[in-house]
Amino acid sequence: MRPTFSIIFFTVLSGTGYGLLFLLGAGLLALWPHYTAPGAPDKNGITLTLYTYPRVIDYGLLIGALLISVGLFASLAHLGQPQRAWRALSQWRSSWLSREGVAALTSYVPLLSLVAIFWLPWLSPSTGADSFVWSVGTLARPLGAVLAICAILTVYCTSGIYTSLKTIHAWHNAYVLPGYLFFSLLGGAAVFWMLHVLSGNLSDPTLRATPFLIICLALICSVLKLAYWRFIDTTRHPATAESATGLGRLGQVRSVEAPHTEENYLTREMGFALARKHSAKLRGIALILFGAVPILFAIIASMWPALDWVGACFALAGVIAGTFVERWLFFAEARHVVMLYYGAARA
Amino acid sequence: MTMLPPSAPKKLGLVIDLDICVGCHACAVACKEWNDGGQFGPLPDENPYGREPLGVWFNRVHTYEVEPKSNGKPPMTVHFPRSCLHCETPDCVTVCPTGASYKRAEDGIVLVDEDKCIGCQLCAWACAYGAREFSEQRGVMQKCTLCVDRIYNETLDEIDRQPACVMACPTRARHFGDLGDADSAVSKLVAERGGYDLMPEMGYKPVNKYLPPRERRDGCASTSAAAQDEKVDFSTASPLLRWMDRILSR
Amino acid sequence: MPHADLRLNEPVGDEVKTTTCYMCACRCGIKVHLKDGRVRYIEGNRAHPVNKGVICAKGSAGIKQHYSPARLSKPLLRVGERGAGEFREIEWDEALALATTWLGDIRRTNPDKLAFFTGRDQSQALTGWWAQQFGTVNYAAHGGFCSVNMAAAGMYTLGGSFWEFGEPDWDRTKYLLMFGVAEDHDSNPIKLGLGKIKGRGAKIVAINPVRTGYAAIADEWIGIRPGTDGLFVGALIQELLIHDWIDFDYLVKYTNAHYLVVRNTDAADDGLIARDAQDNPLCWDKTTATARPAGGLDISPAIAGEFALPDGRTAVPAFQLMAERFLGAEYAADTVAEQCGVSTDTIRRIAAEMADVAFKQEIRLPQRWTDAHGREHDEMIGRPVSMHAMRGIAAHANGFHTCRMLHTLQMLLGAIDTPGSFRYQPPYPKSVPPANRPGKTRKDNGTLDAGPLGYVHAPEDLLVDANGAPRRIDKAFSWEFPLAAHGMLQSVIRNAWAGDPYPIDTLFLFMANMGWNSSMNTMQTQTMLCDRDPASGEYTIPHLIYVDAYSSETVAFADLVLPDTTYLERHDCISLLDRPISDADCASDAIRQPVASPDRDVRPFQDVLLDLGARLGLPGMIKDDGAPKYPGGYAQYMVEHERAPGVGLLAGWRGRDGSKHGVGEPNPHQLEVYKANNCYWHAEVPAAARYYKMANREYLTWAKSLGFVGSTDAIVLELYSERLQKFRLAGLGHGRQQPPDRERERVAKYFDPLPFWYASDQAAENFPLSAITQRPMFMYHAWGSQNAWLRQIATRNFLYLNPQTATAHDVADGDWVWVESAHARIRVQAKFHAGTAPGTLWTWNAIGKRKGAWKLSHDAPENTQGFLLNHVIDDLLPPRSDGHRYANADPVTGQAAWFDLRVRMSVAEPES
Ligand SMILES: Nc1nc2c(c(=O)[nH]1)N[C@H]1C(S)=C(S)[C@@H](COP(=O)(O)OP(=O)(O)OC[C@H]3O[C@@H](n4cnc5c(=O)[nH]c(N)nc54)[C@H](O)[C@@H]3O)O[C@H]1N2
Ligand SMILES: Nc1nc2c(c(=O)[nH]1)N[C@H]1C(S)=C(S)[C@@H](COP(=O)(O)OP(=O)(O)OC[C@H]3O[C@@H](n4cnc5c(=O)[nH]c(N)nc54)[C@H](O)[C@@H]3O)O[C@H]1N2
Ligand code: SF4
Ligand code: SF4
Ligand code: SF4
Ligand code: SF4
Ligand code: SF4
Ligand SMILES: [Mo]
Repeated sequence: MRPTFSIIFFTVLSGTGYGLLFLLGAGLLALWPHYTAPGAPDKNGITLTLYTYPRVIDYGLLIGALLISVGLFASLAHLGQPQRAWRALSQWRSSWLSREGVAALTSYVPLLSLVAIFWLPWLSPSTGADSFVWSVGTLARPLGAVLAICAILTVYCTSGIYTSLKTIHAWHNAYVLPGYLFFSLLGGAAVFWMLHVLSGNLSDPTLRATPFLIICLALICSVLKLAYWRFIDTTRHPATAESATGLGRLGQVRSVEAPHTEENYLTREMGFALARKHSAKLRGIALILFGAVPILFAIIASMWPALDWVGACFALAGVIAGTFVERWLFFAEARHVVMLYYGAARA
Repeated sequence: MTMLPPSAPKKLGLVIDLDICVGCHACAVACKEWNDGGQFGPLPDENPYGREPLGVWFNRVHTYEVEPKSNGKPPMTVHFPRSCLHCETPDCVTVCPTGASYKRAEDGIVLVDEDKCIGCQLCAWACAYGAREFSEQRGVMQKCTLCVDRIYNETLDEIDRQPACVMACPTRARHFGDLGDADSAVSKLVAERGGYDLMPEMGYKPVNKYLPPRERRDGCASTSAAAQDEKVDFSTASPLLRWMDRILSR
Repeated sequence: MPHADLRLNEPVGDEVKTTTCYMCACRCGIKVHLKDGRVRYIEGNRAHPVNKGVICAKGSAGIKQHYSPARLSKPLLRVGERGAGEFREIEWDEALALATTWLGDIRRTNPDKLAFFTGRDQSQALTGWWAQQFGTVNYAAHGGFCSVNMAAAGMYTLGGSFWEFGEPDWDRTKYLLMFGVAEDHDSNPIKLGLGKIKGRGAKIVAINPVRTGYAAIADEWIGIRPGTDGLFVGALIQELLIHDWIDFDYLVKYTNAHYLVVRNTDAADDGLIARDAQDNPLCWDKTTATARPAGGLDISPAIAGEFALPDGRTAVPAFQLMAERFLGAEYAADTVAEQCGVSTDTIRRIAAEMADVAFKQEIRLPQRWTDAHGREHDEMIGRPVSMHAMRGIAAHANGFHTCRMLHTLQMLLGAIDTPGSFRYQPPYPKSVPPANRPGKTRKDNGTLDAGPLGYVHAPEDLLVDANGAPRRIDKAFSWEFPLAAHGMLQSVIRNAWAGDPYPIDTLFLFMANMGWNSSMNTMQTQTMLCDRDPASGEYTIPHLIYVDAYSSETVAFADLVLPDTTYLERHDCISLLDRPISDADCASDAIRQPVASPDRDVRPFQDVLLDLGARLGLPGMIKDDGAPKYPGGYAQYMVEHERAPGVGLLAGWRGRDGSKHGVGEPNPHQLEVYKANNCYWHAEVPAAARYYKMANREYLTWAKSLGFVGSTDAIVLELYSERLQKFRLAGLGHGRQQPPDRERERVAKYFDPLPFWYASDQAAENFPLSAITQRPMFMYHAWGSQNAWLRQIATRNFLYLNPQTATAHDVADGDWVWVESAHARIRVQAKFHAGTAPGTLWTWNAIGKRKGAWKLSHDAPENTQGFLLNHVIDDLLPPRSDGHRYANADPVTGQAAWFDLRVRMSVAEPES
């Protein structure tokens, strides 16, 4: 399949964004505020203070929102009639693309509310701490939960678009969904770490935990991808030129003349074929970027906390770049059955 | 509606006879002409007189060669027209996020409503048979309409209410009809000639059927036995002697 | 709700008009739908006898031709060098005045200095007559480089032929052999027919080095080696002879098999048919043991043996001579198998299968009929073996004899115009050969005594001067190419350039892309067109007028370009006097009517030609007072002009009131009636007249009433051609008109009264491969490439070859290779095709284009990747001992030998 930049850009950016939002949502649900600074609960029994929330959340929510929004706009660029994009929300009952749209938009609800909650006091000091504290106390956790769910659902739907295509063996398999999920988490984690470093709150224990999270995710992604590549290298689509033409009953089928001597929409869109040696090279590069690099720098950082920021930068760079290559290959290595009509040896 | 309609009794489609298709492209061009000027048109042609002409076609004709399993037989050349098969359970419909791609409940024709299409091209990815084409120029997906604007068209004579490609085909290798009705001419033809589905493993249940090339009576199949048994005396030095005493009259 | 805006009852357009397609020479009936004044849709006309409603790819793409950006829009006068394509647009008056001056001078001095040649033409009834009135012998249409071998071999043997003048009995044949046919002129009828007979389960055998198209759907493919069909057919004949698989009754009833041929070695009468005092051919009647008129009834003719004639000379039946020829070792199945690449078994089996179908599966049609001799028959015996052959046979230097051999095969099986066999299409059969001889002398009014083209009956009819030198610029009807019935368009440019036999003044070309795909040796042809006489500095071909509708390659070489309309913008006439569209059961003719009016300053060429004729004051084109006779142009001419009293271009609805058909005075309303009748006329052949037309009284009477034949006498098929023997005798030094010594040997060799096979004179050693072209069904010669839709199917062509051939030359699929003949080489891309005979290379014809032509961008694949095989086909044969070089053509008919091409192949550096 022809790797379309807009789509790759979209899946990588929004994937990373949703990964980050998932982590933040999950954090709000599970981690914060429970570890927060000491202090007796006040009369309302609330122990929170604004400052016991790591600042990384405020920025994280913004960055997350930015990433998914840019991604969404990028995906519109791929449409022939972007102005009608709203129509894409209508067919959620059968279409994964539609579902993705619905999920993506829904996730803005918890996201924007949280943004409001965490930023309003800064924007308008007038709002008293109490009211804010109250709102956070009561809403942050449920909203966090909803955000986490929406984020993961959106990524799930994105992968559904690909896994549902029976016509493309490299996509219609069990490795694709986990691939999308873990890559988005890996990306999210890398951003999360970066934000932490920038937020400078070095005492924050989650910061100390992030590198380990990254090591785990990077390992999982590497294993997943290796397994995926092995799968597409060793298996193929059941269809053949013989079944595509139904002429197998007579003998072996070979294409002599294509309908037209020049390329057409189908051959351009689905005829993209990547040479074996290139894919091997690119797979290596991807693996190093999204696997080795983050693992290496996460280890370094956890050994020498002083090098935190270096580690975070390289990890982030590696993960994003690596995911781009991985996603490019995801398209470039995929074969569409229709090419069997155009002389493809296999699908 | 993007959900597939409950399978209807009426299944309009084409039956294409590979036994007599000579690969003349008449069907492909007639299709292009009918639809280019009609309500589903235009079918854009990007730089038509230049280096890489790129046009939208609903019907394309391939040429394959088949190396027979039974050795000794010479290779066959088979011409193979390919257009939408109006599948019964095609993903090209269900993947559509807008409902633009839909299958008609009344006759099973799979159409694209260009006014709804956002040009995401997902349906083209989902089609196993390369029946959907997209052009930047119009930004919407286009495909074979089974000439829905001909087959019911009351401004045409009854006999002309057939797809343009079927009417054009000079060898009459293309047939149109209701494959849901077992007694229809097309259904009978399919039964008789062992009409088959393309890529059944996709599970899309194509409505269009292809009739396989008939058994070629070359080499082996010799009818000459009868002729051989002529009581001719080949021993005679030259047939001339035989003919000398032939009595003929005019 | 789905599809708010789905309109199921939208009318196609606001108006429909019927006319005749001219995207190719098949000439199907079409319905043109117009919407807001533009052509919206073209469909086949179901009511039309030719296509019965179907339409081919070209036909449907007519809409793109009609609106092609490559259409010419105004008369052009050359301002730059020839070939540069630099012109000045001029007004019609200026253009016609200029043409009139050029042609006027010629006509006053020597009309032969005008060479008027038309190519892809359907107006030969007009153009030929115009040339005759102008008085030049130098006229021809495209047949010479096309398929004159099929026409000539047929006309000189059956009085009819393959090509588009006959057809297999689609409704009854059980076994069809197709020799070298890719598409042919009867594009749609053949496809309809093939579909039909496959449905009926008849067997189709394709004899063709390439298995595509029709051959692809054939039951059996015989991948013969190009140029060797004569051996294959000869071997089939031998098999039939050996086994007596022969319809002897048919032979003695309808052919000259029993005619006695004089055996008188070296004498002037050797090989001539023995005749009595009344000039009746004789045969040997066994009952009376005497020589009696061969046409007589109730006699028992001998077909073998040697007999003494009353005058003491000895004679043998023609059949015996034929048998002796084909029983010879050179035609034995195992001898030819190697040469033609067809196994002995296959040859024997095919012969047996034909015999089985012809005799064991004969058809007995319960149809009473009366033969030309008045004898009643209560049934029609059918030999359901049919044959069709075209350029695979024609386009070889041995094509005439090979085609005659095919007709011999048909005669032996009794399979000519019987139920299930080959059938004549009216107005054929005609006498063998047709009566009209080529005009050769000018009358006082400057016109020629007959049309410039015709059938040479004897050496006396040749167009040669006192020394036996050619009188025509193309050397047709000379001792070099005596039976060149269609002229030799392919030789005109070279001869005119070389001033051989003499220089001409103006070359007037109509609808023939001679600067490109229609010439052999294309590159040199272009230089000849541009060459100047060093002395005078003038172009060696002083004037070149060209008439085209589109900016073809040839336009760039013209001095004066007269722009024609498209086929949807003019009246045309598909006349029975020209290339008819009849089928075996109906005589038909048709017209084209304008369905759109030109949006450019162009004029129908036929109108222009009549206008020119009037300006030149040509007899027949002006009234006594000198005023133009046909101010109404071609439409008026079609209706009013009479060839012979009552005979005009159109056969339908003649007579004042339109009540007469075939012959009758002009009907002023004729065109309206045609238009009201789907633009065609046809007359059904009476039921009892549909077979055995050559000897069927009812048919001959019907044909005579329509003016197709002069008499109702039986037409005798010529197994043995005395006419050819007369030329041979002339070559051997007998008779009044004899060839110059340098031609004797050649004439004596090739004018064999019996068909025979010979190898071409092409240099074969060092050039192990044959290279040929095929018609793509979706394009018509040069002009498909300007068509936005058709060109998408093939903007470039490949060289197809069998993987075996490829590996033998270390060529991989997709490699670029050099294809080199003794003459030139081209660089092309190779592609594997197992359905190609080993040793043969082929490509689609006329896909390659010259930069600048057809309004294609310069980087169009047609200009950069596509190629013409013509570049490597020499237009001349290797030199004779004295250095003389004959045209690369059949020595009998002058048919261009396109497919004799021999080449070698080597891998070339890949595309940069
Ligand atoms: N290598 C190779 N060469 C071949 C052949 C082959 O088999 N192999 N085949 C040969 C044969 S059989 C033939 S007949 C010739 C092709 O014979 P040609 O008669 O030369 O056919 P075209 O090359 O199409 O040229 C016809 C010209 O007529 C023009 N034309 C089209 N429509 C009109 C019209 O309405 N009015 C006018 N005035 N002009 C029009 C076209 O633009 C084109 O320039 O090619 C020959 N050349
Ligand atoms: N679509 C389309 N139709 C056309 C034309 C066109 O340009 N396009 N041109 C028209 C014209 S002008 C003409 S003359 C006719 C020609 O009609 P065809 O005779 O069908 O023309 P070709 O394509 O030259 O076909 C030649 C065939 O003979 C085969 N062949 C070559 N050499 C040999 C041989 O030695 N032996 C045998 N047995 N076969 C051989 C070739 O493989 C090819 O299949 O077509 C007419 N119809
Ligand atoms: S028109 Fe008929 S014969 Fe020609 S390619 Fe189409 S199906 Fe085949
Ligand atoms: S052929 Fe393709 S487009 Fe047509 S219905 Fe089947 S899947 Fe859909
Ligand atoms: S391209 Fe149009 S029809 Fe196809 S899936 Fe997208 S919206 Fe639906
Ligand atoms: S049915 Fe109509 S739209 Fe479909 S291929 Fe035939 S002509 Fe084209
Ligand atoms: S065969 Fe020739 S005449 Fe008939 S439709 Fe096709 S192009 Fe027109
Ligand atoms: Mo031709």
